[in-house]
Amino acid sequence: MNLLHFLNSFFSDGANWHGENGIPHRLVEHVEYSAIALAIAAAIGLPLGLFTGHTGRGGYALSAFATGARALPSFGLLVLMTVWLGQLGTTPAMVPLVALAVAPILVTAHEAIRNVDPAPVDAARGMGMTSLSVLFQVELPVALPLILGGLRSAAIQVVSTATIAAYISLGGFGRYIIDGLAQQTYAQVVGGAVLVAGLALVTMGLFWAVGRLVVSPGVRRRR
Amino acid sequence: MIRIESVTKRYPDGTVAVDDLTLDIPDGSITVLVGPSGCGKTTTLRMINRMIEPSGGRILLDGQDIAQQPVTALRRSMGYVIQNAGLFQHRTIVDNIATVPRMLGWDRSRARERARELMERVGLDAALAKRYPYQLSGGQQQRVGVARALAADPPVLLMDEPFSAVDPIVRKGLQAELLRIQAELGKTIVFVTHDIDEAIKLGNMIAVMRTGGHLAQFAPPDELLSSPADAFVEDFLGTDRGIRRLSFFTSAGLDVTTTPIVTVDADAAQIAERTLPELPYLLVTDAEGKPLGWAKAEELAAQAADSTGEQPADSTGEQAPDSADGQAPDSADAQAAGSTDAQAADSADAPAAESAERTAAERSPAPAAAAPLLPHGRPFVFGRESLRDALDCAVLSPTGWAVAVDGTGKAVGVTSQETIATAIRGAHARRAAKPDSPDGDAGEPVKALR
Repeated sequence: MNLLHFLNSFFSDGANWHGENGIPHRLVEHVEYSAIALAIAAAIGLPLGLFTGHTGRGGYALSAFATGARALPSFGLLVLMTVWLGQLGTTPAMVPLVALAVAPILVTAHEAIRNVDPAPVDAARGMGMTSLSVLFQVELPVALPLILGGLRSAAIQVVSTATIAAYISLGGFGRYIIDGLAQQTYAQVVGGAVLVAGLALVTMGLFWAVGRLVVSPGVRRRR
Repeated sequence: MIRIESVTKRYPDGTVAVDDLTLDIPDGSITVLVGPSGCGKTTTLRMINRMIEPSGGRILLDGQDIAQQPVTALRRSMGYVIQNAGLFQHRTIVDNIATVPRMLGWDRSRARERARELMERVGLDAALAKRYPYQLSGGQQQRVGVARALAADPPVLLMDEPFSAVDPIVRKGLQAELLRIQAELGKTIVFVTHDIDEAIKLGNMIAVMRTGGHLAQFAPPDELLSSPADAFVEDFLGTDRGIRRLSFFTSAGLDVTTTPIVTVDADAAQIAERTLPELPYLLVTDAEGKPLGWAKAEELAAQAADSTGEQPADSTGEQAPDSADGQAPDSADAQAAGSTDAQAADSADAPAAESAERTAAERSPAPAAAAPLLPHGRPFVFGRESLRDALDCAVLSPTGWAVAVDGTGKAVGVTSQETIATAIRGAHARRAAKPDSPDGDAGEPVKALR
């Protein structure tokens, strides 16, 4: 049995294309977990990163927090949350995913804003822009490519890691991997892994497209 | 008027950037703050728009203490230009310029229309409107910076070393442009630089500051050059301040003579008649009167005698445009053309023109058998350029005589170093008698057109 054979038997099996355990349904679940985790992480990380980057304060605390967050084992956190919270819907799975995603979003947002060329910022202040206008009209548009980069790497990590949700009886592509391992149906394991990898690639492409759309050509061409 | 009253800036670590500075900045003119680094000139400028708050004293704008005014409104009433322009790289040129009008609540189309108007004013091609800053050269970016500062038509313009980061030729163009715009708009400009030449070129008033934020001298450039307040100012001005002061004296009253000027087709009689006893050279011009170069009078006479005594076909040089020898007329043409080009470019860019002219003179040797022409150096525009330009021409000229031309580049006379020296003494004497009035009627115009 080689890899292609596994893939063929998994993807050509009609049972895998509909119903609760069908690929479309699992995809929706996987995307849903990932999107919610990313949205929560961005809601925490972006404002904090933009604010600390703009004022230049809290950089030290931030890097300590980021190192800590990276050191947390997602799987351990998942088990801990389940023991602590019980089977409370998706919450026990969300906590490790959000913890994973906040660090790259927060740190890149902070660094991106802090590293904006000081000359235009000085010019903007000197022209009478308010502090908020300086942040949103001068710093943010220039920092946007880096900030999107932080969001992208957070998103990719979340998509890959969302497989662990299946450990606590949730759905997503993790189901194929966990069930496949349990039932020793390796075609299912390989199929699930390929689906996760594919989704991560699609996520990357999505962020590239968003970047093309929202980053000014004047900023994009410089890099 | 901006009045700086006993202003001090002391930082928490005890450093004093500006120490008890009092300065009255007059309306409608350019006031330059100049000094070595660490003299507090930029700090002073930044206190005027409250980018830095003074730790003592106060600054009044038209009698109102600026500390009492809302800071954003104050800044919006002053244009601000910084060293590297500080353009917003995510906005097009037209939107960069429209920034302050948009902040003041103008609608987008009106703000853009105003921005396009300003692009024209600062000499930017309208085709650049939709470009982004990275697509522009440093000089063009700085022009955008100036246009952006002027967009809401503020009465005050603060400029912090705006031309320090561009190369000398571009800087010269930007300086000329600023003087031209100022002649049209008459803003109150506070200009910071560490370059004393730039200060003298641009300033109506110059405040020389010394390390520790003290005012060393506050005076118009002419006075600064003629009577520096102390050894520090004198040292800061450099060794050639006497020469530089000549920039403030017009060449209009200078004695020039047309006697030693001949056209290329002059005959022996004309050459003999026009040779001055004190000058063994004649200035040769083309048929239109534009200078080609100096020739030794005796060689020119000998050559003229040759060409009248022989067949045109045998003669060489400028006298024989229909000569069988194709080389000679070509090189004469080339020299004339080179000279004309140099003059055309002259008004825009003197050093470039000068070097172009030198290469033109070196490139096209005088016709083989004709009297060799010596380069005439950079001529000065009579009446429009200063005695400094005239003296420079005379010093550069191999004959020691300067060539005066009119606005179209035609020679209107020549003058010796001695004559220029006499004119300089006369101008000094007149200035000493009437210290407040500029020389002749051309004090400011001479400055503006340099």
